Amino acid sequence: MILAKVKLPGSPVHKEITADLQNNKAELNGQFISPDSVPFDTPVTGTVYGTLLNFKGALEKMKDQLNEPPYKGEPKAPILYIKPANTLAAYGSPVPLPENTEYLQAGACLGIVIGKNATRVSEAEALEYVSGYTVVNDISIPHDSFFRPAIKEKCRDGFCPAGPWIVKAEDAGDPGKLGIQVFVNGELRQKNNTENLIRSVPRLIADVTGFMTLRTGDVLLAGVPEDPPLVKAGDEVKIVIEKIGQLKNQIVPEKQYLEEVAK
Amino acid sequence: MKRARVVYGGTVHSATEKDSNSLRLADGRTVSQEEVAWLPPVEPGTVFALGLNYADHAKELDFNAPAEPLVFLKGPNTFIGHRGETVRPSDVTYMHYECELAVLIGRQARNVSREDAYNYVAGYTVANDYALRDYLENYYRPNLRVKNRDTCTPLGPWFVDASDIADPMNLSLRTYINGELVQEGNTKDMIFSIPYLIEYLSSFMTLNEGDIILTGTPKGSVDTKPGDNVVTEVEGVGRLENTIISDEALRT
Repeated sequence: MILAKVKLPGSPVHKEITADLQNNKAELNGQFISPDSVPFDTPVTGTVYGTLLNFKGALEKMKDQLNEPPYKGEPKAPILYIKPANTLAAYGSPVPLPENTEYLQAGACLGIVIGKNATRVSEAEALEYVSGYTVVNDISIPHDSFFRPAIKEKCRDGFCPAGPWIVKAEDAGDPGKLGIQVFVNGELRQKNNTENLIRSVPRLIADVTGFMTLRTGDVLLAGVPEDPPLVKAGDEVKIVIEKIGQLKNQIVPEKQYLEEVAK
Repeated sequence: MKRARVVYGGTVHSATEKDSNSLRLADGRTVSQEEVAWLPPVEPGTVFALGLNYADHAKELDFNAPAEPLVFLKGPNTFIGHRGETVRPSDVTYMHYECELAVLIGRQARNVSREDAYNYVAGYTVANDYALRDYLENYYRPNLRVKNRDTCTPLGPWFVDASDIADPMNLSLRTYINGELVQEGNTKDMIFSIPYLIEYLSSFMTLNEGDIILTGTPKGSVDTKPGDNVVTEVEGVGRLENTIISDEALRT
């Protein structure tokens, strides 16, 4: 039995559910509901911080560039970015493909949900500050240079689907051994595991909270694994994270997105 | 009107400036400006900050002026109010203030033209966007370790209504350390103006009420040390005071 919390439309508070990961259903008061039939809101309420290049394979792919301009050295501290409030979207929400853009990059991330304000937390204590985990799709317009902040590429409306629920930390077990799979239109396109993180979840929390407070409800993304799938209009992206759940969204042309949002 | 958010008597109050020494709380009380704790004048939504938005500052940092706005974001952890304390880590050799005009967005904005942009501005405040240059890395530069540290973005003291500022693109900016003038510029020298920035950002994302744009700083960066009193001032908008403290204080 996996305990989790969801946000259902019309309620300002999370509801506790039992998650049936196999069938992608939530049990609430004896009823089984699926995010495929009932729209769930995103369970994320705080600020979302992404982490650049935190998978060994992703850093390895750039190793010939890291010591050259403009980078002139490997990253030292965690390199973070913010997915602002306008990017947050729910399970099943359409993701807009901007005009004159052919592909988006689907960024499968473990979302680490902070349970209490964390400032200068040690690695040994870090997991005490985690209330749970969710599935996040950190959508980007593909960009080759990581020199300047990628606001235009990462901060568009609807570019951060997250959900369908937050699994309680104690039910997720070890966050360093979670398989990640990405399916596009049902076909497996990417596979990785959080055991390949450069900074493990507790190490990352320790290093980040060394310079900034993570607040209750904030979500820290563990990182996007190497070779994230490129997706185009019409594609359905499904990210599955072991013990956490699955997140499904469809890519649509921006014009259609604006119509659907207006509904 | 000049509005503030302050803590007094164990709770948060909305307040307005009564005179140079006192505030009027929303419940009717008059209190001295010395006896309240000042919070940022608004609870920030998404906060955008501009790098290299004054040509003289870009040159000072050995960069060419950018062809497109250099925008980065800040999280809610970094903001503190007027007369707050900003922490300087002891391993840092160069930590400088940045006096900036902050634009407060008042209405949801998407695909807004330059001509309409001011209709989406609710008001202005002063920001001091400290940078700790020792922690710069060339990935998503300026990285959050430089620009999103706790206590490193004082904001305030006032939310000044847009209607009270005749021309936000012609305001002098001044910074004083311990009373000595160390930075001086004018918002007319921004590379990308306020209307341009609203048009630019809203062309690819939605701006919401409560969002804030920190419009960048002119030339004049000087290192600050623990104990320094740093005042960033924008003509007609406010005079934001801040004190640098050492992180030694956090360790004991």
